[in-house]
Amino acid sequence: MPKFPAPPIPKALLPQPKRPGENGNGTPTPLEAGAEAGITVVDWVDERMQLSGGLRWLLFRKVPKGINWFYTLGSATMFAFLNQAVTGVFLAMYYRPDASGGAYESIRYITDDAFLGQTVRAMHKWGASVMIILIFLHMARVFFFGAYKYPRELTWIIGVTLLILTLAMGFTGYLLPFDQQSYWASIVGININGTGPFIGPYLSDFLRAGPEFGATTLSRFYAIHMMLIPGLIAALIGAHLYLITKLGISAPPWLKAVEEEAPELRETQV
Amino acid sequence: MEDQVPDRHTEGVKSKYTADRQMPGAFEGETVTRRRFMNVVTQGAGGVAAMAFTLPALAFAVGPLFSREPFSWQTVGTTADFDELTYVTKVITVVQGIGNAGNTIAYMRKRDPAIDTEPEDQYNHYIALSSRCMHLGCPVRYVSAAERFICPCHGGVYDFRGMVVSGPPVRPLDRFYTRVHNGLVQVGPRYSVNFELHRFSPRDPGQPLNGIGQYLYPKRFDTSILPKN
Repeated sequence: MPKFPAPPIPKALLPQPKRPGENGNGTPTPLEAGAEAGITVVDWVDERMQLSGGLRWLLFRKVPKGINWFYTLGSATMFAFLNQAVTGVFLAMYYRPDASGGAYESIRYITDDAFLGQTVRAMHKWGASVMIILIFLHMARVFFFGAYKYPRELTWIIGVTLLILTLAMGFTGYLLPFDQQSYWASIVGININGTGPFIGPYLSDFLRAGPEFGATTLSRFYAIHMMLIPGLIAALIGAHLYLITKLGISAPPWLKAVEEEAPELRETQV
Repeated sequence: MEDQVPDRHTEGVKSKYTADRQMPGAFEGETVTRRRFMNVVTQGAGGVAAMAFTLPALAFAVGPLFSREPFSWQTVGTTADFDELTYVTKVITVVQGIGNAGNTIAYMRKRDPAIDTEPEDQYNHYIALSSRCMHLGCPVRYVSAAERFICPCHGGVYDFRGMVVSGPPVRPLDRFYTRVHNGLVQVGPRYSVNFELHRFSPRDPGQPLNGIGQYLYPKRFDTSILPKN
């Protein structure tokens, strides 16, 4: 599209962008300082913590050709975990681990009476299933793409530990509503633990806090569910992410290795 | 002394005495360097501090494995309430203070010498079968028409005496000690039995007690034992 020529306006009348430090002595005006307040604060923090380099290392890294949506399953699992963590913290504000009826009543209160309680509880409940599904899909992606091979074996081992911890979260969380279904499912689950030879009887005693399912069984499951395992999962996710960033992600298996390039180029690209 | 500075290349093995190694301020006979001593003391102190809160917390968590549950005899009826042919359902409390979650069901009848072949003693004039299925602990229900105990979870079936007829259970139904006290029938602690109805201290469901089973699943330290009185 042809452009019209600029109108013949004298140079003195053309609008000029304002120069910084319009107040004369070179310092920014209050308006300018206010407009850049966010950058100033971030700079102030970063000058002291020196975190921007690490953030750049974590986020602006090279990825191989051919990566696709399957590579997002790990992040998806992590966001499912964050959803569980946030909704879980707020559910804990209303939940009472009281085996003589208080636990069931507090869940009833969350579901029926508390504002948005049904939503938050449903996010936690369905989010748990979503996390289990995503973590298995993520594991399948890593397995079928061969991404567990050298040098990423430790990443795989930590991932398997995370899978086991996630399943333990499902097991301990299932009891907390303390209705008939969760009670009997936990009885069966604890007794499955008890079938291991030699240590089984003591393992099930440990889970129950005694020979019979009692008042402290529920609080024990609650403590494991909301404090012990989430801390372990968060720490191991940190280690998992560090290894992913340090080692880089693997190319999809169908991608052919590229032709050998000139040696002087190779040095700079690694 | 200056002309006696040892030559590292010809010295071979270093002396363990710090004075021999020309360390400034070394005491005569001193073998541990101060750097090493500080290392050991600092890391040891850190280890002691970490153990000081970790060990009590762990012991706190596993404590219930070693504290024996108290038990008292619970009266469930008079001798006239039970006969040999039908089971009576009795609710007994195994955990105090948590309402229905601490209750369990005992199926009770009078001992019938014609079918109860296990030796009789003061604790089994009345048979009290636990409703806990010996597969994985679901509650069994007595179906009087079939004279069978049937588990709703995975299809375990037991006969009139609580012996396994069908399904996945690994041993007969648990029992409770019973006694007759001033004309009242009382229920005591739980015990487990194997296929010969030998008594064992209570085991969890899913743990067989025949042959090698009793050694694979050893007795626990926290189960109620028969009160001495």
